[in-house]
Amino acid sequence: MPKVHDRGGWPNEDPIDHSEHEMEEWERKVDALNGVLGERGLKTSDQLRRAIESMDLETYESLAYYEKWTAAMEMLLVEQGIMTTDEIDAKMKTLEQGKK
Amino acid sequence: MVEKGHSHGDNAKYYSLRAEAIQELLIEKGICSMDDILTMADQIDSRSPEDGAKVLAHAWVDSEYKARLLADAETALMELGYDLPETAPKLTVLENTDDVHNMAVCTLCSCYPRAIIGRPPAWYKGLAYRSRVVVDPRGVLKEFGTELDESIEVRVIDSSADFRYLILPKRPAGTEEMSEEELAKLITQESMIGVGLAVSPEQTKSI
Repeated sequence: MPKVHDRGGWPNEDPIDHSEHEMEEWERKVDALNGVLGERGLKTSDQLRRAIESMDLETYESLAYYEKWTAAMEMLLVEQGIMTTDEIDAKMKTLEQGKK
Repeated sequence: MVEKGHSHGDNAKYYSLRAEAIQELLIEKGICSMDDILTMADQIDSRSPEDGAKVLAHAWVDSEYKARLLADAETALMELGYDLPETAPKLTVLENTDDVHNMAVCTLCSCYPRAIIGRPPAWYKGLAYRSRVVVDPRGVLKEFGTELDESIEVRVIDSSADFRYLILPKRPAGTEEMSEEELAKLITQESMIGVGLAVSPEQTKSI
């Protein structure tokens, strides 16, 4: 049984969905952050993919593209000891309160 | 199964805030600045299928350039002023001919020659394309309106984090008199992935 990401040949009868959508600004920033972290030697494409691959099937299939990237980048940054999950949770709370 | 390519709803709200938190922490820790992130975003925005089309049209008109591009894409791109970032994965250009039709996929995720033609289209990242193209390439091609003669061998090329592919489509007949600039307009994003063909001059007239 292949892992969640390994999609070649998975049973799938869905037609190709040709619709495109305008990128949201936060998605554009996540996309760019991925590049910046690459430049700083803090992640490679393989590492990002490995982090995405480690998701369980439900998470993998329910998250949108840049949502997966965000979760994967968090995993890599926490793994490398650059930040902790608690720090991110706390910062998120502060940001949320600031927006209210 | 409903697939979510585009972000919306509660997940989007959560992850957009989470991403913002991660960025702020990276900035506080002195790892990067918001300016670095925005500069990178602009840099990524600046690449589009037009860049790839320009290079491939040059290969159509200059056979020696084409040979160099197929042998060593990165060096050949530099000749035209495209200096790929050091972190960019190895890029290979594959030529579609009368006998062989190449098409690219990334079954594992969404690896794509971003350094030269920008971000991939949504369908390229979608599960349907990634799952189906390796099993039924001709069926998938048909969904893109591309029908190939049975005698043509179809090769599906799987990209990876380290290897990316740009397809050089076949130059359509009746384009002998066209300028390089006009030719570049015939080379679409889909034709550079290999799910489409270059637009023929008749098609441009009917558009």
